[in-house]
Amino acid sequence: MVKLTFIEPSGNRREIEAAPGQSVMVAATTAGIAGIEAECGGSCVCATCHCRVVEGGAALPEMEEAERDTLEFTSDAMGETSRLTCQIEVSEALDGAVFEVVGH
Amino acid sequence: MAGIVIIGAGHGGTQLAVSLREEGYEGPVTVISADPDHPYHKPPLSKSFMKTPDAALQPLRAPQVFADQDIDLRLGVRVETVDRANKRLTLSDGTSCSYDKLVLATGTEARKLTVPGGDLRGVFTLRTAEDARALRAALPEATQVVVIGGGFIGLEAAAMLAGRGLSVSVVELAPRLLGRAASAGIAFEVETILTGMGVQVRTGTELCDIVGGQGQVTGVRIADETLPADLVIVGIGALPVDDLARAAGLEIDNGIAVNAVLQSSDPEIYALGDCASFPDPESGERRRLESVQNATDQARALAKTLAGRVTPYAAVPWFWSDIGAMKLQIAGLLQGAENSIESRTPEGRLKSVYHLKAGRLVAVETINSAGEHMLARQMLAAGFTPEADLMRGGDPRQLKAAFVAAQS
Repeated sequence: MVKLTFIEPSGNRREIEAAPGQSVMVAATTAGIAGIEAECGGSCVCATCHCRVVEGGAALPEMEEAERDTLEFTSDAMGETSRLTCQIEVSEALDGAVFEVVGH
Repeated sequence: MAGIVIIGAGHGGTQLAVSLREEGYEGPVTVISADPDHPYHKPPLSKSFMKTPDAALQPLRAPQVFADQDIDLRLGVRVETVDRANKRLTLSDGTSCSYDKLVLATGTEARKLTVPGGDLRGVFTLRTAEDARALRAALPEATQVVVIGGGFIGLEAAAMLAGRGLSVSVVELAPRLLGRAASAGIAFEVETILTGMGVQVRTGTELCDIVGGQGQVTGVRIADETLPADLVIVGIGALPVDDLARAAGLEIDNGIAVNAVLQSSDPEIYALGDCASFPDPESGERRRLESVQNATDQARALAKTLAGRVTPYAAVPWFWSDIGAMKLQIAGLLQGAENSIESRTPEGRLKSVYHLKAGRLVAVETINSAGEHMLARQMLAAGFTPEADLMRGGDPRQLKAAFVAAQS
C-alpha cells in the first residue's frame, strides 16, 4: 500500500493507504476525505477532486490535455501545482505525497 | 422530531443528505433506498465497471461519511405508501417511518420494449448496479451484440463493447442518433466516430421483435432482416419513478411537478433529480432533466432551503458522455435554440457547436474540447455571448480573454 496525506479544507491532515492502480481520487473518496466531491466519478469533467500538490509532485505523471484544459478553464483558482486527482494513478512512486484539497 | 426523510440514494439523494449537514441542519436525516447496494456512481457502470470482472462499484460517499455525519442509510428497503395526513411512510421491511419533510429522489427506470422477445435471456438494460453485474457476467460468452436505441447509454455501451472486440450494431428508429439530446451536427460526428470503431449504425430502422431459441436471444428482427445477436442491450430511454407520488395524489406533469424551490403540490414534500419536473428559472417552462449535475445541484439548493435559507434552483445545466475515447460535453439547454455556429479542428472535424436564441448564447456542445466546455459553463452562468468569430474560432484562450474583459 502507498501512504498519501490529504490536507482537508478545515486544515485537518489525514494520512490514508491507497492501492496501486486506483486513482488518487478513488483512494481519497473511499477513505472519506472531506472536500473531494468527485461528482463525475473520475471522468475528468467536474473538477471537484481538485487538489494542490504540496509534496511529491515530481513523482506524478504529466497532465494530459483534458485535465490541463479542465483545470485552466474552471472557475476555481488554479495554482501552479493544481491537479485533478481522478487523473492520477496511485503508484509506489507516490508514497509520501501530500495533497491540499481545494474544496468547494 | 422525525426530521428529513429522503427516498432514493442515487446521486441526488446522497448529495442532499451530505449537503444538509454541510448547511448546518442538525435534525435526523434518513435515506431509504430500494437499491441494496451502497450508494454508487452510475456513469461508470457502462464503462470502467465493465473493464474487469472484479471492478468494484465506486461509492458516492464512503460508508464512514454516512456514519460520521449521522445519516441513517437504509438499503434494500422499499417505501410502500406515503400517508400525507399523518406524515408517515410504510416500508417493505414491515416498519414505518415518520417525517417532518419528505424528499422524493427516486430517479428513473428503464423504458421497456413493447415488441415481443424482451424477456429472453441475453437481453439487458443498464441502469443499476444489479443490471451492470448481470451484463458483465454475460460478456465473456458474447460475440455479437445488438444495441437497441441510439441514446447516450446505448452508444456508451456500444463503444465499450466494440473496444472489447465484439461485433456491435446499433439500431435506432429515428433518422439519426441522439434524438433531442444533441444537435444533428454533433450526432453525425458521433456516428462517424462510432463507425470508425467498427460499430454498425442503423438509423431510421424499425424494430419488429427480438427472436430466440430455448429462451435465449438469437437475433433482432428489423424490417426484412434479422441481425444475429447473442446479447442485446436495450437503451430506449427512461421514465420517472413517480408511482409513490401518484399514489399519494401529488401533482404529476412529466414526473413529479415541483416549484422553483423543488416543493411538490404538498408543501411538506419535495422532489429532485431525474424524477422531478421543475420550472425553468427564466421562461418558467416546465422541464425534467436526466443528469448527474441536475440531481446534485438541485440537492445542494434544496439542502439550503431545508436548512432554513430558501434557495430557488437556478444552475446552468451541464452533461457529459464518454463514448469510447470521445468525450461529448453539453453546457446549457439545446431546446429552443434558433441558430448555431460550428467550430472545427484544423483537420476539419467538428469540435464544438455554439447555440443561440435571439442572439444570445444558450448552449455549447463540445467533442474532446474540455476547456471550451468549462468556459461555456461560466459564460452561460454570466449571460455572456462572445462575438461570432470567436465562437467560430473556438479557441478557449481567446474566448476567455473576451469573457474576462467583459466582466471587468
